[in-house]
Amino acid sequence: MRYISFVLLLVLFWIALSGHFEPLLLALGAVSVLLTAFLSHRMNIIDHESYPLHLSLKFPIYYSYLFGEIIKANIDVIKRILSWEKTPISPQMIEIPRSQLTDLGAVIYANSITLTPGTVTIKLSEDSLTVHALSKEVADDLATGTMSKEITKRVFKE
Amino acid sequence: MYIAASLAILVTMGLALARALSGPTTYDRIAAVNMHGTKTVLLIAVFAFLSGRTDVLDIALVYALINFIGVVAALKLVEHGNFHTSDNYDGDVKEGEPK
Amino acid sequence: MIIDILSSILLLVGAALGIVGGIGIHRFPDFYTRLHAIGITDTLSALMILLGLALQAGWSIAAFKLAMIFVFLFFTSPTASHALAYAAQHSGLKPKLDQK
Repeated sequence: MRYISFVLLLVLFWIALSGHFEPLLLALGAVSVLLTAFLSHRMNIIDHESYPLHLSLKFPIYYSYLFGEIIKANIDVIKRILSWEKTPISPQMIEIPRSQLTDLGAVIYANSITLTPGTVTIKLSEDSLTVHALSKEVADDLATGTMSKEITKRVFKE
Repeated sequence: MYIAASLAILVTMGLALARALSGPTTYDRIAAVNMHGTKTVLLIAVFAFLSGRTDVLDIALVYALINFIGVVAALKLVEHGNFHTSDNYDGDVKEGEPK
Repeated sequence: MIIDILSSILLLVGAALGIVGGIGIHRFPDFYTRLHAIGITDTLSALMILLGLALQAGWSIAAFKLAMIFVFLFFTSPTASHALAYAAQHSGLKPKLDQK
């Protein structure tokens, strides 16, 4: 099931990128798709973590939330860059609880933190995340754990 | 409009290059090169529409991937001094011994 | 016509945000804070420029390729940022923190 959808996805990807339907190009595409599927199978990377098919319907819901956060964070950082004051920033290094049950959830969480400007995940360990934040406000905001709750609510809830 | 956008992107690339030349640490330089690469991808994309040949977008696509791999490879070289030892070892690894 | 104006605005604002990020990497004091400035050019600036171009392209293969470029940037840039920050911290580079 996983492999069928993977091959189907690769075929669609090839056709969408090439846009030609000559037999030669389609044959080349078939060879590439099969080679990619074979190599992925050999590397053993088609599993529920690196190819989370069961979550694919939930990601758009989460990413719509994440885009809002990214835009808000961008405006905040832009204000700080263009501010006339001498030091409009107050860098912080904080540790926040991991608060995600699965490895995939923790990676999504760390990735989202890094993706929003103003916060960068430096270290992801067994039970905590080390985060560098650009300002005290952002750090306090992150420490409330709203983003982690949103991930749990939007991605993992049935 | 495309020309104005390209010029602005070129200015940004210049700023990134200035940071890459002056950056006090190696990591500043690599980060600046990463930013330069991202702007290059965008410049190629804008150029594709400026010249009206949208096939050029494929090059931007490939450049985005190569930029990422290049940055990670450069980081690995800086951190370990070579490309073949693996991450997360503590202490010394004997010469020629697989980890 | 409206689409043309909208895409021009998106393109120019995106390119201007790139310059803001470029100023940011010169204004901020140390490596870790500069990473945040780079984050702007990687996310919002790229999003706006690619969206502006996609509006010009309409529903075509070019728009799909632009979307793919955005997806690649969107997934690789946090990975690169994290790798940079982790490597810098691993090598003992101390961030300048606010003393309060």
